[in-house]
Amino acid sequence: MIVRYSIFSVLAQALQGNTGWKPVWRDAELKPAYDVVIVGGGGHGLATAFYLAKEYGITNVAVLEKGWLGSGNVGRNTTIIRSNYLLPGNIPFYEWAMKLWEGLEQDLNYNAMVSQRGVLNLYHSDAQRDAFARRGNAMRLHGVDAELLEREMVRAIAPCLDFDNARFPIAGGLLQRRGGTVRHDAVAWGYARAADQRGVDLVQNCEVTGIRVEGGRVLGLDTVKGFVRAGKVGLACAGNSSRVAALAGLKLPIESHVLQAFVSEAVKPLIDTVITFGAGHFYISQSDKGGLVFGGDIDGYNSYAWRGNLAAVEDVCESAMALMPMLGRLRLLRSWGGLMDMSMDGSPIIDKTPIAGLYLNAGWCYGGFKATPASGWCFAYTIARDEPHALNAAFRLDRFATGHLIDEKGAGAQPNLH
Amino acid sequence: MRIDCCYCGPRGHEEFVYLGDATVERPNGDPNEPRDEAARQRWVDYVYLRDNPAGAHRELWHHVCGCRAWLVVTRNSVTHAILRVEAARDVALARGLSPNPR
Repeated sequence: MIVRYSIFSVLAQALQGNTGWKPVWRDAELKPAYDVVIVGGGGHGLATAFYLAKEYGITNVAVLEKGWLGSGNVGRNTTIIRSNYLLPGNIPFYEWAMKLWEGLEQDLNYNAMVSQRGVLNLYHSDAQRDAFARRGNAMRLHGVDAELLEREMVRAIAPCLDFDNARFPIAGGLLQRRGGTVRHDAVAWGYARAADQRGVDLVQNCEVTGIRVEGGRVLGLDTVKGFVRAGKVGLACAGNSSRVAALAGLKLPIESHVLQAFVSEAVKPLIDTVITFGAGHFYISQSDKGGLVFGGDIDGYNSYAWRGNLAAVEDVCESAMALMPMLGRLRLLRSWGGLMDMSMDGSPIIDKTPIAGLYLNAGWCYGGFKATPASGWCFAYTIARDEPHALNAAFRLDRFATGHLIDEKGAGAQPNLH
Repeated sequence: MRIDCCYCGPRGHEEFVYLGDATVERPNGDPNEPRDEAARQRWVDYVYLRDNPAGAHRELWHHVCGCRAWLVVTRNSVTHAILRVEAARDVALARGLSPNPR
């Protein structure tokens, strides 16, 4: 029986001492065949399954996850959502993600704690102000909200920053008020529950060990739980994309890198928005529990280790101290690592592959979380219609061969610089 | 991670800059005017496509805060254990290539 969450269900449970809550989704057994099999039970894979069912009525779907649902990057990121991109291939896609975030909880009937508390990107020089003004204008031309703030306007929002830093004084910021944070695990759980309610099988501890292809068309998957026949297969494997795609003989324009994130001990309300440092790579927000959640650059070398080195920790903490010297008084509660599928131009891939019936969703670098709803929505479209939607038309797999790159930073084919 | 530089001995990895996969081989000829489709594909492979293995990975590091030599480091990408360090120059010469990476 499907339980719809509402104020009444919460009150009814309260009267029973919260003893009547049921598991949020079925732990499904693998069936012999499906219309569509999604490999990867993270945010993107679960969102894809949900939108396949909701938008296209395709419910004979399985999501295969080698660990437990949401065990990868969807539970390891710094929970930030934003759509402050520059390039035409990116802005409409990320803005669609933002629009889906805005209606997500109603869509899923699940509290994902979507909090549009604003994302404030600081600039520290006249040149950087010009660059941010350009970015803000590009956003506004695409109908995305952006405000260029002067120094005193930033001070009103975040008085705790080091405005008079000798090397990198804060000169102002670019603010997207509709940006913010989302409770990341709840995104996985909400999509899982909503997909499950529509009949999608969520199969955990089901690693894929082979992709069977016959006559140029995908036939099914070998898994640790046996062979499963699939009409279509969608790969949404984030940091393990190269390994899974290799099972089908595909070589991807991707390197896997480790990105670390951090949370401090809990403190009273300090910052009520997301703030990014413009003179280094550093972003910080405060969770509802009070911990300061922050991160910076990837470690910078190929890694499947799920943990990083101290040099990156030091680098992030130096940026933290340059921006908010008070952070030096706080203790770090935890740090952790996730595997980033770093693409060669810093932008993702949502596309068909040379193998009929096999679709690829990869290359999210360290920006995949904010994209989750639009990624699932576009991937579902691409799988259901066997062609990309206009929103992901630029995220082609063959753009590296044709030269139609989407390089926001202009860093070139060097994944650790994106 | 500590990389055992052929010239300087073991040093912290923060002294080095990472370039990436050392097994890709720069094709001959002009990248802007490949002779044919196969030559074009070789350039695409070289610039963009990577094996990205979980396990032993041969990769280029530059000892930029030390002797400035280019090294080919074989490192396990799952454990970060460094298995072997060679001078990139020696590796290139052994492959019959120019000893100047990039």
